[in-house]
Amino acid sequence: MRKLSFLGHFGVALAAAVLAAPVSAKVEGDTIVLGSAISITGKYSQEGKNARDGYDLAVKRINEKGGVKVGGKSYKLQVKYYDDESTPARTAQLLERLIRQDGVKFVLGPYASGPTKAAAPIIEKHQIPMVEAEGASRSLFTQGYKYLFAVLSTSEQYLGSAIDLAAEVAKKKGKQPGDVRIAMAFENDPFSLDVRAGVVADAKRHGMDIVIDDKLPRDLSDMTATLTKVKALKPDLLVVSGHTKGATTAARQIGEMGIKVPLVAMTHCESADLIGKFGAKANGILCPTQWAETLSYHDGLFGSASDYDNLFRKTYPAYETVPYQAAQASAAVQVWKDAFERAQTFDTETLRHALAATKMQTFYGPIDFGPEGNNLAKPMVLRQIQDGKFNVVAPSKFASHKLQTLASK
Amino acid sequence: MLDSLQILAAAPLFNFQLLANGLLIGAVFALAAYGLALVWGVTSVKNLAQGDFVMMGGYIAWALAERGVHPLVALAPAAALMFCFGWIAYHLVIRRVIQRDLFTSLLATFGLAIVIQQSLNLAFGPEVRTVDSGLDTRAFFGGVVTVTDIRLLSFALCAALAGALMLFMKRSRMGRAIRATAQDARAARVLGVHTERVYAFTFALNAAICGAAGVLVSMIWVLQPYYGIAYSVRSFVIVTAAGLGNLPGVILAALGLGALEQYSGFVLGAQFQQATVVGLLLGVLIWRQMLLQRQRQALA
Repeated sequence: MRKLSFLGHFGVALAAAVLAAPVSAKVEGDTIVLGSAISITGKYSQEGKNARDGYDLAVKRINEKGGVKVGGKSYKLQVKYYDDESTPARTAQLLERLIRQDGVKFVLGPYASGPTKAAAPIIEKHQIPMVEAEGASRSLFTQGYKYLFAVLSTSEQYLGSAIDLAAEVAKKKGKQPGDVRIAMAFENDPFSLDVRAGVVADAKRHGMDIVIDDKLPRDLSDMTATLTKVKALKPDLLVVSGHTKGATTAARQIGEMGIKVPLVAMTHCESADLIGKFGAKANGILCPTQWAETLSYHDGLFGSASDYDNLFRKTYPAYETVPYQAAQASAAVQVWKDAFERAQTFDTETLRHALAATKMQTFYGPIDFGPEGNNLAKPMVLRQIQDGKFNVVAPSKFASHKLQTLASK
Repeated sequence: MLDSLQILAAAPLFNFQLLANGLLIGAVFALAAYGLALVWGVTSVKNLAQGDFVMMGGYIAWALAERGVHPLVALAPAAALMFCFGWIAYHLVIRRVIQRDLFTSLLATFGLAIVIQQSLNLAFGPEVRTVDSGLDTRAFFGGVVTVTDIRLLSFALCAALAGALMLFMKRSRMGRAIRATAQDARAARVLGVHTERVYAFTFALNAAICGAAGVLVSMIWVLQPYYGIAYSVRSFVIVTAAGLGNLPGVILAALGLGALEQYSGFVLGAQFQQATVVGLLLGVLIWRQMLLQRQRQALA
């Protein structure tokens, strides 16, 4: 009997869900509803909040500045969020709900590559375009997805600017880029190996010599054997990528072992809090970043990168510095606005074509999607830790400070 | 690989660097491994949470360092707290599985490991932590060989601790009771040894030793709630290679393992660092098996 009544309830609920499904729409009155299943709780809760604040700030700014103009009418933007609890399976479920139940037709990405990887097949299945700002893994853009667009630079570009910088430094010293010798230490995981693939390709392009190519196991918290090799072979550039553990271990042991490599570049400097942990010992380390407030990018909505920085901190006073996750999230909303206004319709297929043809300047950087949906136009910038601060040193046209190599220290 | 060997041949000083790094960290492995051998020998429980005890010790040092306590000062409170934790864990979990088969005790300690990992994650978050000892680095041979003071100090502390443990086992009443229980628990009980208390003390002592090792790890390497497993694996490798109830053997095996990790990392690359160690363990086990067989043949 109990079982029956449970089934009965279930049936009613199911019927209600089916009936309710197609009712709500993507555009309600004068409001365009964007949807996102993003980390509000769980291990990415902080980064998820950074991204949401970025989305919200752009929505607020666009609405204040007259909204989105489609067919001679002005629409306001609104984002409907669900909490994916930082788990990719939940992202997929909730995205399905956003699309089927809530009728959302325009999607903003979740936080991190894992959830984005889970989201991509769903949007492909429903043929709903998604502009994402927080999934950098190269593997997202090798599957032939047609509805996925990413404003950020992909993982294989992370340390590319360090290779170019090494080539520049070599030329300045009267040497050839081909004379540069590189030592690499990468963790053996998909993200770091993506970064490694980019470094290998760039080194090959310049004809550089890779003298050390170590892959650090996931549970290895000691790099001294690799660093002893570095000491013996004296490369011109040392590149490291192994999440926060890799950055922490490398920064500590490079200092301890008195390793003197002219250029040292590694990912995850900010999340590993190298400055807070090691203070002056972290000086000189080069760290790639998607965006910095000192860059000379500019757009009509936010103004310059530094204007964005000011506005963000005024709107959300709890932040001391503006996380790049927020900046790229804001840029993703700008991309949607631009696509709506160029397409002049809410038809998802037309919008997909409009998105694919995006060519715009934002405070976050230029955006121009390649055939695979990744942004080809924006370079990664390289910041160097100088006297406890992150200063942009490369590419040269964005540099706010001069590069300090060990020789010039 | 050949290139790396050529470097070692052309510049033998780098051998000193590898040996220094390997032997000095090996001393820390020895601590955790000795604790494992102790519990294994006395209670025959194979503690899979060994590495997680090490992490707990490290986190105690980190938490105290955040409150302005120097991590070296944290050694004593970390060991004491971990002793209490070990005592409680024994009475809550280990006591119930000590008489059961191997599988049950493995499962129980594995469960304990997971609970510790998740609790550390909840309490301290998933970020990688490290504690600054504030000590300097010594350079030898014009900077070719560098040794950090914290590693030297850790080595000395480990040696002192091992010495103290050896004395404790030989001289003290509890030490003798532990040895008696390890030899034959029933006979020890008959002769008036409170074996239940001996088991609890042994497990708690092991936790305290791991706690001390963790404090040293926090200053030399890094902490993260889920990194305990690496220390568990190393402890098992060392104890399996050295055999139970053999402190000098454990120390030698631990130092050897530390050095071997460095050499395999240098010559073969970091990706083979741990594979070499486990491969060597396999070799040791096969060699032992062959020796045993030969012995049996001689007996027959």
